[in-house]
Amino acid sequence: MTDASAFTLDRRDLIGIEGLSAPEITGLLDLAEEFVVLNRQIEKKRTTLRGRTQINLFFEASTRTQSSFEIAGKRLGADVMNMSVGNSSVKKGETLIDTAMTLNAMHPDLLVVRHQSSGAVALLARKVDCCVINAGDGAHEHPTQALLDALTIRRNKGPITGLVVAICGDVLHSRVARSNILLLHTLGAQVRVVAPSTLLPAGIQHFPVEVHRSMESGLEGADIVMMLRLQRERMAGSFIPSVKEYFHYYGLDEAKLKRAKPDALVMHPGPMNRGVEIDSAVADGAQSLIREQVEMGVAVRMAVLDALARKLPNA
Amino acid sequence: MAEPHPLLLTNARIIDPSRGADFTGDVLLSGGVIKDAAFGIAAAGIPDGAEVVDCKGAVVAPGLVDMRAFVGEPGAEHRETLASASHAAAAGGVTTIVCQPDTDPIVDDPAIVDFILRRARDTAVVRVHPMAALTKGLHGTEMTEIGLLQATGAVAFTDGARSIASAQVFRRALSYARDFDALIVHHTEDATMSGGAMNEGLFASRLGLGGIPKAAETIVLERDLRLVDGVRGRYHAASLTCRESLEVLARAKEAGLPVTCSVSVNHLSFNERDIAEYRTFFKLSPPLRGEEDRRALVEALSSGLIDVVVSDHNPQDVEVKRLPFAEAEAGAIGLETLLTATLRLVHAGDVDLVNALRAVSTRPAELLGLDAGTLRPGAPADVIVFDPEMSWVLDPATLKSRSRNTPFDGARLEGRVLRTIVAGRTVYEYV
Repeated sequence: MTDASAFTLDRRDLIGIEGLSAPEITGLLDLAEEFVVLNRQIEKKRTTLRGRTQINLFFEASTRTQSSFEIAGKRLGADVMNMSVGNSSVKKGETLIDTAMTLNAMHPDLLVVRHQSSGAVALLARKVDCCVINAGDGAHEHPTQALLDALTIRRNKGPITGLVVAICGDVLHSRVARSNILLLHTLGAQVRVVAPSTLLPAGIQHFPVEVHRSMESGLEGADIVMMLRLQRERMAGSFIPSVKEYFHYYGLDEAKLKRAKPDALVMHPGPMNRGVEIDSAVADGAQSLIREQVEMGVAVRMAVLDALARKLPNA
Repeated sequence: MAEPHPLLLTNARIIDPSRGADFTGDVLLSGGVIKDAAFGIAAAGIPDGAEVVDCKGAVVAPGLVDMRAFVGEPGAEHRETLASASHAAAAGGVTTIVCQPDTDPIVDDPAIVDFILRRARDTAVVRVHPMAALTKGLHGTEMTEIGLLQATGAVAFTDGARSIASAQVFRRALSYARDFDALIVHHTEDATMSGGAMNEGLFASRLGLGGIPKAAETIVLERDLRLVDGVRGRYHAASLTCRESLEVLARAKEAGLPVTCSVSVNHLSFNERDIAEYRTFFKLSPPLRGEEDRRALVEALSSGLIDVVVSDHNPQDVEVKRLPFAEAEAGAIGLETLLTATLRLVHAGDVDLVNALRAVSTRPAELLGLDAGTLRPGAPADVIVFDPEMSWVLDPATLKSRSRNTPFDGARLEGRVLRTIVAGRTVYEYV
């Protein structure tokens, strides 16, 4: 790869991994590597986004993604404003489009959006003039999570091509799973999904994945074990019989992890349900990359903000 | 109102699906009825005072009978009134609208049927016949006054876009309705399985949208047909969408059960892929299925397994459509495009013109017991003149409906209504 810091994305918005090419993904990851170095220094500030306004518009509660985007924007010199649904006019009946138009009139340069409905971020992007970054829309996509996961994997395992990655748990409702499947497949990994049938989406056999219904077979020989969060409201009775049974068959503990390669690494997008999808001993164990994922999150989001901002007018 | 002048339509390609006829000739309308449709009427002498319209080879056919159209009156006049719906209908060649009972208040009381009939008489330019609710309040628990509603003018009974979950309630209503020879029209979709936003499958999974499986439709249809087998009441499936349902229906028809069905022209025209990037004008209930299912529906229309094509007109304002897909309301307007969309199937070679017109005029009129859908002498003069070839692009700004949610937005269409005549009076003319 040539000079990573000259990398730009040839698009205005980042709505999903779908449509991104392997060189685009690799370019973002290379750029993010530079920010990993920067973020470990005492002087973490850049001025790339000086004068730019970044609004984090979160219709759905989030701690880590929102703070990660906030820190990323601030380190690049942008003015960052956080807007959460709890204290906005959306609660007073304003529609998504009206909110978008209102914010648009304030001339933001970058809009980071999370929404509970699939497609909502793309809808909003069509109505505004600035760069829009999807920070998670319904069960559709969460592209920066997939990018940070890929960066974490690459730093620990080298090239992603040929790695066996097992994505385990609630694939049905997970935007993280969708974005990760698309990205890892694009970069040449062998992707598996492991879940009970009730937590797998219809048509999963047509996704570029190998489908497993048991952790024992799904984890066999895996390089990476990626656990997904199980939403609390789905725990009792509707999709799975109980937390106890789910943990018994699908919770990642040391015994199940032994099926994977001896040097397999464990990931989780957070926030974790300890004792539901993952055992504490594994989450905090030597094979866990969970804390590193958070660190990579800031670097990847800086890379995305930076690469998109270079395409802005007057940049 | 004064009696309209006699009207003589000359040089017409006359298509009367009620007689399987397709010939060149003239049509004479007088006193609100069809006097004759034959070759050489004009040559034999033009009747006194008659207005002569040279059709120049355009088709003259019975006006369309749209068996499933939601009109917002009463209760949702901002979406559509009987007047605006009737103008949309006239522009689309629909001379009879059969409106749905899921209004506010719900059409579950003879007084509401009476209100709609009076209101239509005073404000609408086409004929309007209401369907009444099958259960009070559309709650699916107690049947309505089927006899009294029918006597007031309800042409069929349905819970609109809702399925009746209780097999017992449905069976009793079907039995009771049989005594009045009333037609039961049922939306076949299991409520517990239809919480999703679109057809279940790979495409929904990619978009991250909740899916509605085909089984939600088929299991209710199978249950209903099992009940019809015992009760023998007249049953009509309101809107089928998939191959599996057609197979179930075909078996029931072969067994001689009194069952018929409709399909919406949207399901004949589009598939789930048209949703593309979350286009909410393609969010329908029941949902659009895959291309294989669309093909199956088209074939079933051609073979006659599908009796009726409906517009499933459902006006929705921009506030409920300009939302994320899962949160947006379902429904599309269709009165103005029912004929032209049906003609698309004819132009594609999928169905012949006479059979296509039968499914939007003669057949629904027969099922509802209406004197319509025919050019027989003595029938009401509800007639349309249309050019089946005229090409045009749909501009939503020109629509007569109060709502603009058409999936044909910007589409190139072939076939245009030139004149719509209701009871001998011209209510729409293309200029």
